[in-house]
Amino acid sequence: MFSAEQSCWFIRKVICWRAAASIAWAVLLLPPSTAIFVFLSKFSVLHPIQTISECFSMLTSATAIFSFILLCGVIIMVGFLNFEYYTVIPTIACSKIALFGQLLHPRQLVNSLVHCIMGMIVAWCSAVTIGFRYETLGHPCAQTDGYHQMCLNEYHLILLLGGAFVGFSHSLLGVIHNMNYVSFHTVQQYKYLRFKGCLPLVVRCSATQALYSVRNFIVVYYFLGYIPRTWICKTLNLHLGSSAHPLDSIAGLLDLSLLYHLWISATFLLFTWYIMLLLFRIFLTEGYSFPVQSSFTEDADHCLPKVLTEKQPMLLKFLALQDLALLSQHSPLRRCEVFSLSQPGGHPHNWNAISKECLSLLADLTQRLVAYHDTVATNGRAKSLSSGSERKTSSETSGTEDFMSPRPTAFMKTPASVFARSIAGGQQSPLTAPFTPDLDSPFMSPALRRLAAPVEQGSPWYGTVQSPHIMRRVPKLWSTSTDSQVNGSPPPSPASVPSDKQEPSKPSFLAQFLQNRREQLPEASSQALFADSQAHIWALEGLSYLVQASFSEDQFGVVQTTLPSILSCMLVLQEAVDRHFKLPHASSKPVRSTSSMGDSTYKTLRFALRATLKTAIYRITTTFGDHLNAVQLSAEHRKRLQQFLEYKE
Amino acid sequence: MCSLALFPPPLPYGQTTVCESNNELLSGSSSEDQLKQDFSPPSLSFPRESLKLHSRTENSSKAAFLDHSETLWMRSAAAWRDGGLTGLLNEITNSHPHVPKWLSMSSGCILALLRWVSSFHGSLFPHLTLSSEDMIAEFSQVLNWSDCVVRAFAWHPHTDKFAVALLDDSIKIYNPKSATTPTLKHRLQRNVAVVQWKPLCASALAVGCQNCLLVWHVDPCSLSTRPSAGCAHVLSHPGHAPVTSIAWSPSGSLLLSASPMDTAMMVWDVAAESCVPLQRVGGGGVTFLSWSPDGSHVLASTPSALFRVWETRMWTCERWPCIKGRCQSGCWSPDGSRLLFTVQGETVIYALTFTNTPAVPSGTSKGPHAAVVVADLSETTFNTPDGDIVVGGEIQSLAWDPRGERLAVLLKGDPRAADRSPIIAVFKTRVSPIFELLPCGFVQGEPGAEPRLMQFHPNFRHGALLTVCWSSGRITHVPFYFLSASIPRLGPSGSPTLPHVQERPADFANQSLFTELIS
Repeated sequence: MFSAEQSCWFIRKVICWRAAASIAWAVLLLPPSTAIFVFLSKFSVLHPIQTISECFSMLTSATAIFSFILLCGVIIMVGFLNFEYYTVIPTIACSKIALFGQLLHPRQLVNSLVHCIMGMIVAWCSAVTIGFRYETLGHPCAQTDGYHQMCLNEYHLILLLGGAFVGFSHSLLGVIHNMNYVSFHTVQQYKYLRFKGCLPLVVRCSATQALYSVRNFIVVYYFLGYIPRTWICKTLNLHLGSSAHPLDSIAGLLDLSLLYHLWISATFLLFTWYIMLLLFRIFLTEGYSFPVQSSFTEDADHCLPKVLTEKQPMLLKFLALQDLALLSQHSPLRRCEVFSLSQPGGHPHNWNAISKECLSLLADLTQRLVAYHDTVATNGRAKSLSSGSERKTSSETSGTEDFMSPRPTAFMKTPASVFARSIAGGQQSPLTAPFTPDLDSPFMSPALRRLAAPVEQGSPWYGTVQSPHIMRRVPKLWSTSTDSQVNGSPPPSPASVPSDKQEPSKPSFLAQFLQNRREQLPEASSQALFADSQAHIWALEGLSYLVQASFSEDQFGVVQTTLPSILSCMLVLQEAVDRHFKLPHASSKPVRSTSSMGDSTYKTLRFALRATLKTAIYRITTTFGDHLNAVQLSAEHRKRLQQFLEYKE
Repeated sequence: MCSLALFPPPLPYGQTTVCESNNELLSGSSSEDQLKQDFSPPSLSFPRESLKLHSRTENSSKAAFLDHSETLWMRSAAAWRDGGLTGLLNEITNSHPHVPKWLSMSSGCILALLRWVSSFHGSLFPHLTLSSEDMIAEFSQVLNWSDCVVRAFAWHPHTDKFAVALLDDSIKIYNPKSATTPTLKHRLQRNVAVVQWKPLCASALAVGCQNCLLVWHVDPCSLSTRPSAGCAHVLSHPGHAPVTSIAWSPSGSLLLSASPMDTAMMVWDVAAESCVPLQRVGGGGVTFLSWSPDGSHVLASTPSALFRVWETRMWTCERWPCIKGRCQSGCWSPDGSRLLFTVQGETVIYALTFTNTPAVPSGTSKGPHAAVVVADLSETTFNTPDGDIVVGGEIQSLAWDPRGERLAVLLKGDPRAADRSPIIAVFKTRVSPIFELLPCGFVQGEPGAEPRLMQFHPNFRHGALLTVCWSSGRITHVPFYFLSASIPRLGPSGSPTLPHVQERPADFANQSLFTELIS
């Protein structure tokens, strides 16, 4: 296919190189961070000079070099995972169940497992580097009967398990905080300066996150530590040393030096991984300058008007839109090319393609907002007729059914689904929704499928919910992303249904649990609706700046022809956005999390979109002023535009 | 070079400047009514007595309550919350009988060490030892800020409304087209240093104050006179207070804020409430920001003898070390090609020329190599019928009208000498084809009133309109009627500046043509 070829070009020539460069830099940064770690782990206040000499001898030893090679391998692996799992549109779980589904997704399970193993490898490296009592898993010890045998070194074990735990919790938190989401900055900066600016944040984040993880790990180890210990002893035929305290006791865990070493190695682990993540984000989001037009036909696919319309990969579309927004603001020469006419024929192909794509993006958002608002306004009742015939066939119907039976989510364009469908053309793309439960995947257990799928009318759960009170509370809105429709997959196969019938008592409890979990995270649906709004923001900025520049730079008047449609598109969107912000929860500001590596930009995208939209309309009205009265618009839009001309919005 | 000696002498005592018409400043006594004009913004007066000032600060209310004995643990927690590490150490050191001697001793030692280190730091950057109120007063563009009734003033960039921040920490918004004057008050809105309206927006007003930055959304259609605190978004960043200067980007998308305590300048994405710190070594803080009208450069001055000019595409900066003192004030020409600035301790105005080459896509601008002195405002004695009047000295602030035809300079005067009160000197300027600076005259108010703050109306149709806030609490408007030499603006209410594509000769800045024309 043509489009596959095209995206191949971009992935091969740009994205892969960017990822490789970020990995290379992360590997290059590893020696200094390792040196600092070695120094901090061996530091003693009483013998500062001895510490330094020890550090030097350590850093030049063979084990250090071997563990360094291992660490490089881990970094490359982390970089590869980042590359594999990144997304520019965050996956927002609209309910706790959806989040749970994301955590249990096979892709995510693989991710967690790999992180777990890598955490253990890094912990082994740090144990070897710290040396001292952590160095080996077994140590010779004298038993009471005289001869030597190998005993388990629990200090080594606890460090290894700690590393595995931190790696695991890192991957879990990655899902919860959307750490794989790559956001674009509003301020363009050179890569080095951006890295330098973010470095203190990375240090702070890794230190605090390590503290929390170590605290959790100690609690877990206190209760469950004996299981891995006895298992290791059994498989490796080691003995438990009887002399020291066992470490899963309070006295054993209150060892300050142990806690310090646990914390510092966890910090080192998280620091190297966060650095990798940061570099990856910086390299990936760097602006890419697409040519506006090319004189060679073979390069025509690489030009901005062509690239803008691409659906896959999403990053390509985002970078193209970013480039559009930047060129419209900063470079008159490239703007000139946008306004130019084609040489034979004299058609403004560039402008037409760009404006058409931007307008279709905005229209898509408007449609999505209107559909969402309609569903909220009717609260699902409008569509009840369509499923009414089915309902009558059901034997156990209660009076409160009007609230629950229609499934508006099946009809409305849900946030993720609209985009997934318009972009990927109905098929789920691994890039846009890597963590969304893939309900029809063969790895999905029937139990999980049951968890994630909505209560279907055909299933026995349908009638078994006892309390109408519970059913009334089911909000139809927040459950959108768990719905099977989101992923464009068919509803659960009937094959899984009969198995439920054998246990009639359990589902009612489960259903009750499900209902309670499903109505949470009310703000999330609003967030999910605007999850990809960065694209719309750039489209708005690009269009409005181009229109502003056209006032003085557009020699052929190519923009004039599209001005009415641009204005009406923006005004319609403005109306839809205004209506959306009147809904409950839509205008509530999320809590700002300062010290987390997870990017929470997506939580405020709707506010950014609203502000950008208003500014964009004002930019056009201030530039054109009363000339806008000559533009063909409907009476309603003219009235609305008059408000803007009088600065009353 | 233009100097004060070429100016017409100041008005005799009791006369006030009314307007400029037919190329000369007209004066009148204060009772005389102003010239008829189609647009007359309200001339306001805020007598000091009418304001309800805070009798005491919030912290001092502690003394009004009975002392309540809490456990050491609770007190330490409270001290940590209120005063951070220093507060905690203070608390431990001061509660002798309850803590072991070694603990109080060691915390006392750490405290002494901290103070020594901070005094060392303070000796490098003396401004860090000031209290936040003194710091605002020191670095504000308002003359004698702490004693000023009107502490900040801002015209809306597109309409005829304006915001006034008063001594009692409230902000009033006046709109000649509407009868309501909303009053903005907020718990965190204390010691307002600067206010500015967001461009390309009808409602957003950014306020820089002692502890944070507030962005108010004042609905122009609303009839409410007291918008609730919910209309304000609080933007704060640890260590970034007090905010002494803010600047909106002319495209309305970003907000810059600066604090003398923070070496980083913050770039805020207001809608997302997120910020990007732009940090550079040296200077010890950022005191004053000015965004060029074409949006390409930002002037950021520091408390040391150093200022920076940022380029806004990739956010890189040029360092400009000064010889004598810090950069006190600055302003940009409408096309963003020329920066005028003044340095503390000197009585001249410098100019820097930036030759923007829009053809270069990388956004790097080739800066000039040295600043040129364009005006000398050293002390000059005028012989008037009332006796000799001495005018001149250091400069507090500069303001350039949006068409680039009038430049107002607020001279500090000397508070110790009675005959040298602050005064506003106005120059006629021309930006293109060559830069010219010609004397226009002095703007004087009622007897006894000193100018404190001035700003040009962003889109006055008949010339330029200078708004002056006086020490008496009055706000007056002085129109300068002239026909604009440049191309008339398009659009009813001032269109954004159009980028100048044509190249200017790069080296004419070195030939001081403006001197030849007048001397």
